[in-house]
Amino acid sequence: MTKARPYLLQAAIIGAVLLALYGLASVVAAKMRALGVEPGFGFLWQRAGFDIGDRLIAFDAADTYGRAFLVGLLNTVRVALVAIVASVLLGGLVGLGQLSRNPLVAKLSEAHVEIFRNVPLLLQVLIVYVLLIGRLPLPHEAWQLGPDIWLSKSGLAIPWPVLTETGWLLDHPLLGRFTFTGGAVLTPEFMAVAVALTLYTSAYIAETVRGAVQSVPHAQSEAALAMGLSEVQTLRHVVVPQALRSMIPPLANQLLNLIKNSSLAVAVGYPDLVAVADTTLTQSGHAVECIAIIMAVYLFLSLLTAALMSAWHGRLLRQQAGGRI
Amino acid sequence: MKKYLRPGNFLIAAVLAWAGWLLFDWAVLQAVFRPDAAACHALQGNGACWGVVTEKFRVILFGRYPLDQQWRPLVALLLMFGLLGASAMPRCHGKRLFTAWGVGLLLVLLLLKGGLFGLDNVDTPRWGGLPLTLLLTLFGLGGAFPLAVLLALGRNGRLPVLRSLCTTFIEIIRGVPLVAVLFMAAFMFPLFMPKGWEFPALLRVLVGIILFAAAYMAEVIRGGLLAISRGQHEAAQALGLSYWQVQLTVVLPQTLRNVLPSLMNSAIALFKDTSLVIIVGLFELTGALGLAVDGDPKWRAFALDGYLFIAFIYWLGCFAMSRYSRALERLI
Amino acid sequence: MRKLLPSLLLSIATLCVALPAHAGKTVDAIRARGQLACGVSTGVAGFSAADSKGEWRGMDVDVCRALAAAVLKDPTKVRWSPLTSQQRFTALQSGEIDILSRNTTWTLGRDAGQGLVYAGYVFIDGQGFLVHKRSGVTSAKQLNGAEICVQTGTTTERNLAEYARANKIQFKTLMFENLRAVLKAFFSGRCQAFTADASALASIRANDSGKPEDYVVLPDRISKEPLGPVVRRGDEDWFSIVRWTVFALLEAEERGITQANVDLIRDSTSDPAVMRLLGVSEDVGKPLALDKEWVYRMIKAVGNYGEIFERNVGPNSLLQLPRGINALPRDGGVMYSPPLR
Repeated sequence: MTKARPYLLQAAIIGAVLLALYGLASVVAAKMRALGVEPGFGFLWQRAGFDIGDRLIAFDAADTYGRAFLVGLLNTVRVALVAIVASVLLGGLVGLGQLSRNPLVAKLSEAHVEIFRNVPLLLQVLIVYVLLIGRLPLPHEAWQLGPDIWLSKSGLAIPWPVLTETGWLLDHPLLGRFTFTGGAVLTPEFMAVAVALTLYTSAYIAETVRGAVQSVPHAQSEAALAMGLSEVQTLRHVVVPQALRSMIPPLANQLLNLIKNSSLAVAVGYPDLVAVADTTLTQSGHAVECIAIIMAVYLFLSLLTAALMSAWHGRLLRQQAGGRI
Repeated sequence: MKKYLRPGNFLIAAVLAWAGWLLFDWAVLQAVFRPDAAACHALQGNGACWGVVTEKFRVILFGRYPLDQQWRPLVALLLMFGLLGASAMPRCHGKRLFTAWGVGLLLVLLLLKGGLFGLDNVDTPRWGGLPLTLLLTLFGLGGAFPLAVLLALGRNGRLPVLRSLCTTFIEIIRGVPLVAVLFMAAFMFPLFMPKGWEFPALLRVLVGIILFAAAYMAEVIRGGLLAISRGQHEAAQALGLSYWQVQLTVVLPQTLRNVLPSLMNSAIALFKDTSLVIIVGLFELTGALGLAVDGDPKWRAFALDGYLFIAFIYWLGCFAMSRYSRALERLI
Repeated sequence: MRKLLPSLLLSIATLCVALPAHAGKTVDAIRARGQLACGVSTGVAGFSAADSKGEWRGMDVDVCRALAAAVLKDPTKVRWSPLTSQQRFTALQSGEIDILSRNTTWTLGRDAGQGLVYAGYVFIDGQGFLVHKRSGVTSAKQLNGAEICVQTGTTTERNLAEYARANKIQFKTLMFENLRAVLKAFFSGRCQAFTADASALASIRANDSGKPEDYVVLPDRISKEPLGPVVRRGDEDWFSIVRWTVFALLEAEERGITQANVDLIRDSTSDPAVMRLLGVSEDVGKPLALDKEWVYRMIKAVGNYGEIFERNVGPNSLLQLPRGINALPRDGGVMYSPPLR
């Protein structure tokens, strides 16, 4: 083996990769031009021409593809945030429940984990969706869950504050000819994705929590109990703070998965980033660009989550090292 | 024990028993098992309609595969079950098992595709149902494994260029959802192909699945590689073994044995993930159910019962695999 | 490794340059192959769909059969390529198929900008709305504020948005990835209307609703959707054959020549136009480089345009569509054929 060989080999690899990329790029560009599509991101400033029903910011057919992507991104973030909060709470409860000395609670928590972890998320999304649109009443026979809170096939209609000239006002949902207008509506599509994501991820988080709590030496909780702390107090002041430290990296992983899994929204027509990109790519023919955008956004979201979680982890380690438990 | 005989627990137990009874009543006592849509409608949701499964089980299990040829996917399915069963038994392990897998998977392809030995040719778009789910999982694992080993070695290797290439690939794939990778397979791969070259959607999707699974498995294997002590490498090199000899005879066998339980988790994840191929128009188990129920006005109302049935199939598969993986962990 | 690398580079390089040469004249290629390569849909009832025996049926399918009868003298010599809406144009441009006969709307952008050309139309459709009868809606303009289900990936969502803007009404659009998802949502009452091509809606109401009497296709048509066969630009000979095949099928209906009576008429007719069409007197195949009897064989194989319509989409078929605008001019339609002489 001569010394030059590794360098030659690496140079060859770089060359091969560049050549392959160049070859692919030219084939793709030629094919797109043959289809009458000019490669590039310029299309983002073109008129989208389609409507998005469920959205957080104003959007109509006259707006651009770029804004459509923004609507989709906000929808992704909205469903992911709701599911993150809910799944951490539920997962934490179930995880601690698994360790409960009450056999009923422990078994029930275990069943939760085994059921929701072992069924594909897509199937759970579809099941919740079919349940919602199949069993809920039509808008005209909506169930009233509270003052101005209505649940029907059109979703959950709730009052929502809006800023008017006279200040903040509560906008109440009203039943129109077909469905509810005004207020805010959580569509069945949104609820299906949020609920299924929560159930699925909570099973994994529960396992993470259980593992982390079990990693805290048993003697510590026994000592705390012996000192007269209650079970809940022991958990709160002794076990959880220590478990949190070893829990954060795997928890970060689960949350990353949750964000990526929110892309299954496309299966029930919730207009998340992927669904919008799908519509855009079939309409504009910019498949490569649309997929590149999806990938870039998810990579960014993943990096952002990873950075936030590791910052939290670091702070926690420093605090605990400083003895401020 | 006495501490738990508190009234609160009795209450929980009573509520659970009641809920359990309601479930049993709905799923068994009130349920309609015969394929009778009128009887199902008469239930008005008070009982499960398993009739949708009895009526549609052929479409649910085999998708759009030609009706008179469905013995072929059935045999293929049994063959795959047989191979999986044999692999689960340690006494069958050995070189013969490898040969059996190779021959078996070829037979599965031959059975499904046909075109030889007097079997009618059946094109891949008509494959579907449970055989397709298993086929995607098994071929996905089989294809991803060698790629994952190479990626793991590359990322741990000494060549900086190769290392950064492998790292980039792994991190990009792990950072994006499978849906994005499948879209790439469905919409972008055809653009990559020069004019006149064409690959069926199944093959493209399989390539996407392999790339996706390989990135995750590579990280599992890399973790195992890092656990092998430096001393072993050096000892083996001192014996005059080349890089590949060291890896193949010393490092990899130990690594793979150690990471087997984690690899099982990857297998379970892949098994569940195959359900996503419906998004790009392949009809494996989940898609086949939609095919069977969504388009049929008589049975559309009972989609939920159908979904619960296939959820049970998936659950059975995943649960069995995870229990097996735990047993494996204890063995190692 | 040393041997592997150059061969790897070589194969990548060949991958980049080895584009197969473009097929020469399409008709020669078809004759040499002995088969017409016809791009159809992956399954649209009445237009192109494989039945339970795997046999392709539909109006678009019959156009390809007629062409095979004309060019190859055998209507069965067709290789069917089922294509999704995303794949269809690429397949035609790449030469994988000779003709795209796949309920494809004729538009300016597609006809002029993409290396393709439309040879005519065989069915005129328009986008409509399917609603639940209980809603009491009788016109699309009354749907202001309603939730509308749409299948993405077509021009449908654009037409809907344009219609809403033009009429200053608002819809809540629910977009779904595939038809089955839309059916599930619409029939479970998730949305109040479902918009798609009216022919598709008629078929869905008749076959997929379970209770056709509970649903109505509104009379409004919010778009023009002339569907027709497409060929590659740059081969006028093949283009003419496809275009005049469609015209000949119309001409046959106008002259009352059917699959059943074509033999009888050929032997007994004294009408010069009919004699010409069936190749008894003059040779109308010559300008197309076809033989005298090309029309005769087509009618024998698939019948005239009216028969094709009745069999696949007419009132007695699954779709139960009225002839409407797709009738001959004498019956108030627009399916007009220039003279074959």
